Amino acid sequence: MRRLRTFLVLAGVFVASLALAQGDPRRSSYQDMGPALQKMQDDDSANPGMLFVQAGEEAWNAKAGSADKACADCHAAGSMKGVAARYPAFAKESGKPVDLEGRINLCRTEHQKAEALAAESKELLQLTAYVARQSKGEPIAPPDDERLDPLRAQGETLWKQRQGQLNLSCASCHDANAGKKLAGATIPQAHPTGYPIYRLEWQTLGSLKRRLRNCMIGMRVEPYAYDAPEYLALEAFLMKRAQGLIDDAPAVRP
Amino acid sequence: MANALIHAPKTAKRGEVIEIKALILHPMETGFRPGTNGRIIPRNIIERFSADWNGEEVFALKMSPAIAANPFVSFFVVADRSGTVKFRWSGDNDFLVEEQVAIAVE
Repeated sequence: MRRLRTFLVLAGVFVASLALAQGDPRRSSYQDMGPALQKMQDDDSANPGMLFVQAGEEAWNAKAGSADKACADCHAAGSMKGVAARYPAFAKESGKPVDLEGRINLCRTEHQKAEALAAESKELLQLTAYVARQSKGEPIAPPDDERLDPLRAQGETLWKQRQGQLNLSCASCHDANAGKKLAGATIPQAHPTGYPIYRLEWQTLGSLKRRLRNCMIGMRVEPYAYDAPEYLALEAFLMKRAQGLIDDAPAVRP
Repeated sequence: MANALIHAPKTAKRGEVIEIKALILHPMETGFRPGTNGRIIPRNIIERFSADWNGEEVFALKMSPAIAANPFVSFFVVADRSGTVKFRWSGDNDFLVEEQVAIAVE
């Protein structure tokens, strides 16, 4: 009798967990890709993003700036595990929220006494890719920091705001019509799990900012400047929206 | 800086068929695309890739403008002797990258 009850309880827990997993309607863009692309991403010898990771490792160990320090002089090897999965976050130095690229640049200006790297520059993408690669397989875990809430709210407003000549919002495609087709391509739910991504259309690595700019051009909106705070707000909102999904940087996307 | 990734087994059994994979960073500019100023961007591609096993060419490939950026090449060879495999990519604008790996055959 007791054994039967234990079995029933266990079966109940199992069914409940299954329902939870199936009840989550969120899909990582990885799941929306074909098997060939998934294989390309999973194979470190075929994923072109790994070229940038390899170069990023060299940059990580190279001394830079007037402080003559390398990233590796402060951060132990492997200590970046899970870091990319929790940004944007508040930086101690500036008291402002930063994304991963911003964090790297803060380290450069504050600790290495080097010049900040330009947005979307090869060096910055390489370092970001090297750091992000160490979070592969980790769940997206935005910090439990209420100072980020206004930023996330601003991001959500931007996400839902109709704009541009086509009068579309991000949500018009990625919430209301995700999973359907736009031309031949599946509209993804736009969870930023794998940035920086190697996008086949770009034939190179690019950041989430570049991806957002792409969408804005498609919507016929004038993209924000690279240093605009709107990107950070959108990123903070999107990471919260993707909480718990698995990080797969550097991802390959079509 | 040349940036190439090579994946090959470090050891193999004599007579075993092994897969070698090579990935390299290169824009593979076709020479047919106009740039933002309207002028054609000059062609810049890798023309030839080859692999030499102890000095003997075991694989070679001629590349064309239709090949995407950062070409990925995968090929199979029979491992019949220990030695070094030398990879060589050469192309426009005196592009030349050489890498090598050692494979021990038992």
